[in-house]
Amino acid sequence: MDAAAEQKYNFDVVRWFTVMATVYLVVGALVGVIIAAQLAWPIVNLDIPYITFGRLRPLHTNAVIFAFGGCALMATSYYSVQRTCGVRLWSDKLAWFVFLGWNLIIVSAVVTLPLGLTSAKEYSELEWPIDLLIAVVWLAYSFNFIMTLATRKSSHIYVSNWFFLGMMVMITYLHVVNSLAIPVDLFKSYSLFSGVQDAMVQWWWGHNAVGFYLTAGFLGIMYYFVPKQAGRPVYSYRLSVIHFWALMFGYVWLGAHHLQYTALPDWTGSLGAAVSLAMIIPSWGGAVNGMMTLSGAWDKLRTDYVLRFMIMSLAFYAMSTFEGPVMSLKTVNALSHYTDWTVGHVHSGALGWVAMVAIGAIYHLMKHTFHTEMWSQKLINAHFWTATIGAVIYVVAMWVSGIMQGLMWRAYDEYGTLAYTFAESVEAMHPYYAMRTVGGAIFLLGAVLMLVNVLMTVKKAAGEGSLQQARTAAASA
Amino acid sequence: MANENQSVSLQEKMEKNIWLLLIILALSLSVGGLVEIVPLFTIKSTMEHNAAPELIWQRQPGQTLNDHKPGDGMRPYTALELAGRDIYQREGCYTCHSQMVRPFRDEKERYGHYSLASESMYDHPFQWGSKRTGPDFARLGGKYSDDWHRKHLRAPRSVVPESVMPNYPWLKDNSVEGKDMARRFSVMQLMGVPYTAEDIASANAELAGKTEEDAMVAYLQVLGTMAKLDENKVYRE
Repeated sequence: MDAAAEQKYNFDVVRWFTVMATVYLVVGALVGVIIAAQLAWPIVNLDIPYITFGRLRPLHTNAVIFAFGGCALMATSYYSVQRTCGVRLWSDKLAWFVFLGWNLIIVSAVVTLPLGLTSAKEYSELEWPIDLLIAVVWLAYSFNFIMTLATRKSSHIYVSNWFFLGMMVMITYLHVVNSLAIPVDLFKSYSLFSGVQDAMVQWWWGHNAVGFYLTAGFLGIMYYFVPKQAGRPVYSYRLSVIHFWALMFGYVWLGAHHLQYTALPDWTGSLGAAVSLAMIIPSWGGAVNGMMTLSGAWDKLRTDYVLRFMIMSLAFYAMSTFEGPVMSLKTVNALSHYTDWTVGHVHSGALGWVAMVAIGAIYHLMKHTFHTEMWSQKLINAHFWTATIGAVIYVVAMWVSGIMQGLMWRAYDEYGTLAYTFAESVEAMHPYYAMRTVGGAIFLLGAVLMLVNVLMTVKKAAGEGSLQQARTAAASA
Repeated sequence: MANENQSVSLQEKMEKNIWLLLIILALSLSVGGLVEIVPLFTIKSTMEHNAAPELIWQRQPGQTLNDHKPGDGMRPYTALELAGRDIYQREGCYTCHSQMVRPFRDEKERYGHYSLASESMYDHPFQWGSKRTGPDFARLGGKYSDDWHRKHLRAPRSVVPESVMPNYPWLKDNSVEGKDMARRFSVMQLMGVPYTAEDIASANAELAGKTEEDAMVAYLQVLGTMAKLDENKVYRE
């Protein structure tokens, strides 16, 4: 069966994306730990322009979102679309173009961001020539995926593919509109929009990069890999239809909740917040659908470490999709905005949901595309616990520091004057910034264990000749 | 949510027809953005200067940017300020500093009058930020001396011991001379920022002998000082 699949489908490009995703997880988390340390101990900036916080922070976000997240999405979507459609990728050449192009973009980011070449729009800092390349590679990626669906052997399009498709369309809209800029020279451009309009476009992008890239895309991963790993069908088809369309239609509106109480007109922010609240329902629909897929097979959690990652990711997903709408409420947002609470919220989603579901899928892919068991099951278990403990420490530290910041900024003393200077609030953050660094470092340790495990599995597959056998075995199945 | 209420058969059709699914997706996904973004360009009350024209500098023919006095109203940045703003972005200052004061009592006392949309109308891109690891900058101009800013940029902890900001010692060593600010002005002008031909012609000369630190200080010192806001006036509902 494995041999038949190996010869029928293009797993080569999937294997490369899978291994690179693991490499970028380590890189992205490492940069994250460095910048976390810089906030706790500013001496870590070392007075070197290229590694100061302001230049490395965009590198961290780009590395984890687009390098790790992108490679994980491309590996999983190209794998699952072939399996669910029963056909090989529409074009092998285009798939390799996407792999090389995407990695070229990542290398460009690693070079240009420390040099300070930036368009200064959060999560879309890359300058215009790289933006153009992103557009081309993204369209090539999407086109190959769509054409594979168009040539499918199965009668229906499986649910995971709906989510990947939604992501592809929306990210195309977002990237094109938010990156509109007029170049000054090869390395510098100015955003076409200004002020309040630029802010709205930016957060329409910013929140939907989360909503479509990191949520819809990763729900696509969930809908294929959780049932596969659990060996059970998706809990409810009807639920998946409803929460899919609610998510597609509704998520787009949320960006405005990032701009509550700013100079953005009140109607826009309130609209964003109202839809944000409504989004709890479809978000939890997805989480329930994923978790209940395990009903009747909960015992598997005792022995299947990969499944543990997936279920933990759904727990974090449910938690942060409840927290998000709460934070979009005006009264809560008045406190939480501009504080570390936002950072904590993002990381409960990023470390807990995005990374964990992707990690689960990567372990699954390693086994099924290298045709061998992982080198060490114990290391997977160790990775699970380090990732979970690291994420929890990180998130708790940021909850405490965020709420404390918000309260200190608005505190008054008995004379009716502000109780704290801003500098005092900075000083009070130090223990939590140190704690966050420790949490991040523990998470990073887990990622390193994973990289070791992945590389040793590649070596093991080569040693056993399992990949070779799968490639050459008579394709009788 | 038009789609989910349709009969199951539309869902069934979409699951069998990739092109139909794509079209319905493309339509559903475009609604939220169109509803929230397009009106910001068309509804007049979005920009406060439509009701309060004094927020914008009424520049007389022949006046240069240097003829503007603080409080005269919003104007485009001078060449030195814009060079400073470009450095502000290069160093990623926006990752820790917001430029958007919210209409709360504590923010008013800490930073000043709440920010208006018209105050960032010439900001391509906007720099409102999303995080205050350091304080807000929307009304920073004039609060500290140039000398304080220089000391602070070179070694923040020499003036604010609790600070976690990186040192920026290289700003004083790097010259901004030779930066093509005329070209940057032209691009801004193309996007509707009211630079004149004279502004563009004199832009590059303004950087003669200046360092990156000079440019940064010029930018930080102009923030929030261009327009004078009336405490008793309601600019926004």
